[in-house]
Amino acid sequence: MGAVMSIEEIVGSLDSGMTIGIGGWGSRRKPMALVRAICRSSLTDLTVVSYGGPDVGLLCAAGKVRRVVAPFVTLDSIALEPHFRAARQSGAIEFTEYDEGMFMFGLLAGAHRLPFLPTRAGLGSDVLRVVPGLRTVRSPYEDGEELVAVPALTMDAALVHLDLADTRGNGRYLGADPYLDDLFAKAAARCYVSCERMVEPGGLGGPPQTLLVSRMHVTGVVETPDGGHFTGRGPGGERDEAFQRHYAASAADPEAWAAFADRFLSGDEAAYQEAVRRWHERDRVEGETR
Amino acid sequence: MAREGPRGRGDAMSAASGTSAATRAEICVVACAEAWRGDGEVLAAAMGTCSILGARLARHTFEPGLLTTDGGALLTAEPVAFGAPAGAVEGWLPFRDHLWLVQNGRRHVMMGASQIDRHGNTNISAIGDWARPKSQLLGVRGAPGNTIANPTSYWIPRHSTRVFVPQVDMVSGVGFDRAAALGPGASRFHGLRRVVTDLAVLDFGTPDRSMRLVSVHPGVEVQRVVTATGFELVIEGDVPETRRPAEEELRLIREVLDPKALRDQEVRA
Repeated sequence: MGAVMSIEEIVGSLDSGMTIGIGGWGSRRKPMALVRAICRSSLTDLTVVSYGGPDVGLLCAAGKVRRVVAPFVTLDSIALEPHFRAARQSGAIEFTEYDEGMFMFGLLAGAHRLPFLPTRAGLGSDVLRVVPGLRTVRSPYEDGEELVAVPALTMDAALVHLDLADTRGNGRYLGADPYLDDLFAKAAARCYVSCERMVEPGGLGGPPQTLLVSRMHVTGVVETPDGGHFTGRGPGGERDEAFQRHYAASAADPEAWAAFADRFLSGDEAAYQEAVRRWHERDRVEGETR
Repeated sequence: MAREGPRGRGDAMSAASGTSAATRAEICVVACAEAWRGDGEVLAAAMGTCSILGARLARHTFEPGLLTTDGGALLTAEPVAFGAPAGAVEGWLPFRDHLWLVQNGRRHVMMGASQIDRHGNTNISAIGDWARPKSQLLGVRGAPGNTIANPTSYWIPRHSTRVFVPQVDMVSGVGFDRAAALGPGASRFHGLRRVVTDLAVLDFGTPDRSMRLVSVHPGVEVQRVVTATGFELVIEGDVPETRRPAEEELRLIREVLDPKALRDQEVRA
């Protein structure tokens, strides 16, 4: 069962050198409040496992990452993530590049205590060239087909963000897509849930199939209102496209990034939310088009 | 956005509907739609504006069995306008089920490519040395699985020697030569259908499965395609012109599927 924790307590329970899984997909339902807190922490040398978005970008920019394990890193409405690009192009990080389906099979294997799962995805592609140690396996049956053996993606900790969670750590999503968050929770030794809103046990409501993450897989849960910002969440928490454009434009230029980091990332989560509120307020007052 | 496409005899101003001549973007939408002809009841998965419009146009007209999405996790009851809310839905396809569907096979995907070679190997991952790329792009995304498990086509909005290269830097999508090298077992679901660009339609219908010029869009010279391609294309005799959109297709594109003319931002007139 999950204990109600603070953002700082969750990040304080992590160690440098760990493999950290991050739920969501691209710039959608990412545990950004926890990511921002890791950026402020003394953690370093992390391996980040993610269908990557600005979570990977911010952690790269903060120098927290040794290796990224991902099939892509994107902001969705903006195709390329500037910080991830810079980190790859400067050689600052190592990269394990999987096909999207391979990645899911790795999570499925990890979640079900299997050493690997077989798939056709990857055969004939350069994924097998650039991921050393990746092996194929031959079907023991009559077909004798050769398949890629995707190794289990296991993690020391997973961070996922849900629209709703209860104080025990049960989590519900309100959007159209659960992404792979339940698999991250199951494949990791520990899972921490952040949520837009926290309710008492029994108060999650909704169709039962939207109860995605179970307390049996959750170590800690924290309420972070707007904690998924600026990524897309359920109804009422759509992606903040204007702010994402501001993020991406700033990230593409060192001086602009220093100003962005100073304005939005130098304080705690409450300071971030206040700075974003002010940014939008000025945006409205000045009638700027971004 | 101006609509000043080349005006042939067949598509001058029509008295009945007032339809003006098709733009290059509209010709591309129809050429993309043609990729799904004959596919029946499969998911038409598409990336890029003209490709997405093409899938929905095909479903609206000659391939009504196709399934299309709202661009997210919903299978829409009817093909909807680009960027519009789903409206009524007939199915649910979150990413996890989409990835399973790739394995299942009832899917024909039209992807983009930053590089493509004459065998149809494609790259969306990184330009230059993979270990330390000159330009990091998206990552391989679903390209390896898509190409080995599903029929795959490509939509390339800018036909140039930067994209059509002798050799791609990182094989994300698997071409015919690499599929053949895997043997008949592993490659039995591989198949590249067609490549649509802003200049032409190409396929791999040659004995050695190398890329062939199928048609050039109205107003495009064959030589222009040859010059914009960084390897030798197979060209058999006189190359025909890409089919022009029918009036009903133009109406559907302009009034139903893309009233904001977002296609013109991808392929300029």
